[in-house]
Amino acid sequence: MKQRTPLLRKSAAQTLLASLLCILLGLLVGYLALLIIEPSGAWEAILAVLKNFLKYPTGAQKVKYLGSTLVKTAPLLLCSLSVLFAYKVGLFNIGVAGQYVLGAAASLGCALLAGLPWYVCLLAAVAAAAISGALCGVLRAYLNVNVVISGIMLNWISLYATNLILKGGMEKTGKDTIRLVKANKDAILPTLGLDKLFNNNQYVTIAIPIAIIVAIVIWVLLDKTKFGYELKATGNNLNAAKYCGMKENRNIILTMVIAAALAGLGAGLYYLSDFEQWNVNSSSVPAMGFNGIAAAFLGGLHPIGAIFSSFFIQHITLGGANVDLSHYCAQIADFISSIIIYLCGFVLFFKTCLNRALDRREEKKIQAAKANSATEEGGNK
Amino acid sequence: MVLLIQYTLIFAAVLLLVALGGCFSEHSGVINIGLEGIMVMGALGGALVMRFLPYNPDTANLLTNLGVFACVALASIAAGMIYSLLLAVACINFKADQTIVGTAMNLLGTALATVIVKSMNTAINPDDHSSEIQYINAKKAFLSDFGGKFELNWFVILAIILLVIATILLYKTRFGLRLRACGEHPQAADSVGINVYKMRYAGVLISGFLGGLGGITYITAGVSVWKFENGVAGFGFLALAVMIFGAWHPVRIAGAAVLFGLFRALGNVYNGIPLLANMGIPSAVYNMLPYIVSLIVLAFTSKNSRAPKAEGIPYDKGQR
Repeated sequence: MKQRTPLLRKSAAQTLLASLLCILLGLLVGYLALLIIEPSGAWEAILAVLKNFLKYPTGAQKVKYLGSTLVKTAPLLLCSLSVLFAYKVGLFNIGVAGQYVLGAAASLGCALLAGLPWYVCLLAAVAAAAISGALCGVLRAYLNVNVVISGIMLNWISLYATNLILKGGMEKTGKDTIRLVKANKDAILPTLGLDKLFNNNQYVTIAIPIAIIVAIVIWVLLDKTKFGYELKATGNNLNAAKYCGMKENRNIILTMVIAAALAGLGAGLYYLSDFEQWNVNSSSVPAMGFNGIAAAFLGGLHPIGAIFSSFFIQHITLGGANVDLSHYCAQIADFISSIIIYLCGFVLFFKTCLNRALDRREEKKIQAAKANSATEEGGNK
Repeated sequence: MVLLIQYTLIFAAVLLLVALGGCFSEHSGVINIGLEGIMVMGALGGALVMRFLPYNPDTANLLTNLGVFACVALASIAAGMIYSLLLAVACINFKADQTIVGTAMNLLGTALATVIVKSMNTAINPDDHSSEIQYINAKKAFLSDFGGKFELNWFVILAIILLVIATILLYKTRFGLRLRACGEHPQAADSVGINVYKMRYAGVLISGFLGGLGGITYITAGVSVWKFENGVAGFGFLALAVMIFGAWHPVRIAGAAVLFGLFRALGNVYNGIPLLANMGIPSAVYNMLPYIVSLIVLAFTSKNSRAPKAEGIPYDKGQR
């Protein structure tokens, strides 16, 4: 007879529970921080963070700003897919931020400096990021350079290189690149009528469905194909994979290339929607990459989970800008999401504890049943 | 040229301090990716003391200067050590993934420091929404000026003293031997009665001590106002590269730190060197230089890594 596993024993349920707990604790810590800064408005502030687009009075406005949140969710989702894809293969892709930056450089560079149409710009973004990922992968596979360190170094190199490249496409006043609407309309992603759905929010483009489709593709690739199985095996035990005849170095490099390409695609999809311009004086990499790490872990390292966690992280990040600035600052949202990542480190511990508690409960039940039957037998005699 | 030496010294001191911190943590068996965050918190602790300490450079004498220096250093050390407890608790007691926790600490360091500084600035002046702390006066307490040409930051001297202490501590004392044993083979260390958890706590706390000092040294290098939103620009990671290049040995780390410090200093002073200024290379290239160099250096030195064997693996008493 096939036994049904209890709901709490299921790995997916445990992951969901752990993630919700992380969010709850993260919000609690954030609320405490707000209380310390200024107690009187703390509740309104945390509500503002949680509400984000829901703060608008009319339904039409809500829909429009939901669209804007989604526009920023798409690149975040791709960054988190990049992180989780590499993590499944045992590589921590902290270079996602740099790969994202390179994607921005290539897409905006092609759009502004060369005047190319959107599909070429998008491909350029993917290619540029993939090359950087390949470099990381080759360094790891053949020269044993830790991907975390090389990733960070590439983050900074990419940032300065991007500033240098995009200086050519700068506005005459200010430090941002020229808006695509003015410079090259062909480079803007097509909307396919999606903008109408979101109350004529012209930034809602095919980027959003593409991101979701890519998430599903990554899920299928990792869980349902031989290639994904090989990659995961390489991540679990490099030597065992080698022993089984898998090309472990090829797998590492391919993983980094795919992961980086995802990040580059995210940047391309974002900057080609013309929602935001690149500031050529940037002194730090955009938060998108690092938030991607948060979203990946919060989503339980599952591509479908990442869709929801990316939306949540983006939701509170944008909500952070709505706090009452006379007392608080927008970075409270970054603070909350970094607390959430920190807590995600405890997920394994949480699962072990939960399993142990369940074991104990079952054991007690069995013992109680035994004791019961023993007394019954005693009574029958 | 004098300026180049001055900046090389100060940046080398930062890298040396932080890399030594990483070295202690890794020798105890815990990978400390969170050094960047620890630096930010250390810098914040020191900067807050400098901001609020009453100090007048005109009436000061050597004694008050030493007092200010000690206060600033102690505040940074305390901030760094307290912050490093986050890593210790998560990775030693709860066996959390050291990479995730370290990354979270880096993000948290910058976010927390920004929130603290911004809310402090806003509380003092409701129109001030910046994340900057200014410490132009207090900084003069620990700068020795030699004829207006060469400025010596006392933290450089402190770094050299700590280098000597660290080398002796790691290689000439019982504590050092035990610490290293915990990073190489914790089960063996435990079997001869060494408390692995305690030793790892010691390693992480020492890295907090040195990382915090590194942070305050970094923000007093050349500038007198710091914008905490920017963090410390990847210096914690550069220090990790220095540590790997220095093969986890304090003296070699010092050599690596000077090399990396030189490349970092070039970005600050290349305008003053006629040969480099005339070449017309954009400043972004100089900014990239330390990172490119470290990538190349790592490519050549990582093959035969001498990393402590058990680093990154949580110690479980029950495991064989």
